[in-house]
Amino acid sequence: MLTFITPKKSTNKLTLQLLIASVFTLGLAACNDSNNVAEEVVAPITPAMEYSYSITLTNLTYAQPLSPVAVALHDDAKMWQVGQPASVALEKLAEGGDNADFIALTSNMAAISSEGPVPPGASVTLDISTTEPMATYLTVATMLVNTNDAFSGLTGVDISTLMLNQEKSWRLNVYDSGTELNNEALGTIPGPADGGVGYDATRNDIDLIGYHSGVVSKDDGLSSSVLTQDHRFDNPAVKLTITRTK
Amino acid sequence: MKVIKQSPIKSAFTVLALAFASSTTMAQELSITVTNLTQGLHFTPVITAAHASDNHLFMAGEMASVELQTMAEGGDISGLANMLTNADANLNENPAMGLLAPTMSASFNLTNDSANTHLSLAAMILPSNDGFVGLDSWKIPEEAGTYTVFLNAYDAGTEANDEIRGSGAPGEAGMPVPPPLDASIGMNGTGVTDIESNNKVHIHRGSLGDDNMTAGKSDINNSVQRWLNPVAKLTITVQ
Repeated sequence: MLTFITPKKSTNKLTLQLLIASVFTLGLAACNDSNNVAEEVVAPITPAMEYSYSITLTNLTYAQPLSPVAVALHDDAKMWQVGQPASVALEKLAEGGDNADFIALTSNMAAISSEGPVPPGASVTLDISTTEPMATYLTVATMLVNTNDAFSGLTGVDISTLMLNQEKSWRLNVYDSGTELNNEALGTIPGPADGGVGYDATRNDIDLIGYHSGVVSKDDGLSSSVLTQDHRFDNPAVKLTITRTK
Repeated sequence: MKVIKQSPIKSAFTVLALAFASSTTMAQELSITVTNLTQGLHFTPVITAAHASDNHLFMAGEMASVELQTMAEGGDISGLANMLTNADANLNENPAMGLLAPTMSASFNLTNDSANTHLSLAAMILPSNDGFVGLDSWKIPEEAGTYTVFLNAYDAGTEANDEIRGSGAPGEAGMPVPPPLDASIGMNGTGVTDIESNNKVHIHRGSLGDDNMTAGKSDINNSVQRWLNPVAKLTITVQ
């Protein structure tokens, strides 16, 4: 309870608030002690504690740039599930790499995006903070842009047990949002392999999220494909590491 | 072995410790969900069993039993069920009441006897010649909790992967095509290969497929019915 008394930057407004709160709590506790009345339990005052996380994502693919990475903290919920249809916000991310709606979801208690795409072999680190005590579930999502509607990420992962400076890593598989046929056709892929249309409201696939079956490419027998053997990928496609920094 | 003389009190503790140890090997209540992660494969009736540690439905690098071959080529789990029953395993058969469709899940409960400490699962994947999703003898944790296991697709090594319509009977060429899959599978394929040179159970190399529903080498649709591992997720809650 008293760990935040350790003097830090005294100019920090939050620290000052915490100090005041803790002194207040101490006072009450002392009162209680002197009264020596066991049944009078004073509810502890919990100051607005800030939690911060550093999230590093590495693109493990050969030639699939990843769209700007969306990172969100929220209550206990999943933003997608195998066997369920994708939300429109997820469809826009998975078909077009546009995470604006996904970031703006009202269920998000904190959300950020990387500034740009993450090229193959590259990593990006994002820092996210919250004072919301319920924001203990993590979602990360990004599109493999040289595909029709492939995305990678994880959702609704409980991070409440992370200790300060503790790190946790995942190797992530690739999902298919199920909202667009994997025809790999000219004009349907937003990435540099095609420069085609991203999001299209029409849902012409099974409309259920599942794991992606991989890029076929014209080199391996899909005549409608603008993709080459370069664009094939396998699981896992992404490495993700989270560290609690505060 | 080192022999240590114990005081009476210490011995009492030892007896207690033994009592606790044995309690962890009592029957367990398991809640299991199997999820077909793919968007283009069906699973034939799934068989799941808790069995003794030295039993196996299959082992990678070993030849398939006739019972496994029958399941992997045609989806018939009755032979595996008999084998498991004779080995005093605890079984669950066909929790999806038929095919487990793409992205769908099936849930069931399984009570395992104290000797049945390991879990295995098998189901044929369609369309394929002798592909199956499998779990080989996974040690069931003693500690209560929820565990997730991802499963890969194997090839039984018993039939050439010609990828064309044919038979589900063991030893007969071609892929079985049950009515729900009929419309999604091509026809008139000339056959991808007629050789199966690795006759041991191995990780499936995946289907080749093609983009021609009425001709070509394969009757498998290459942009829908291929897969990447893992193909299934098993969620096991130990009560």
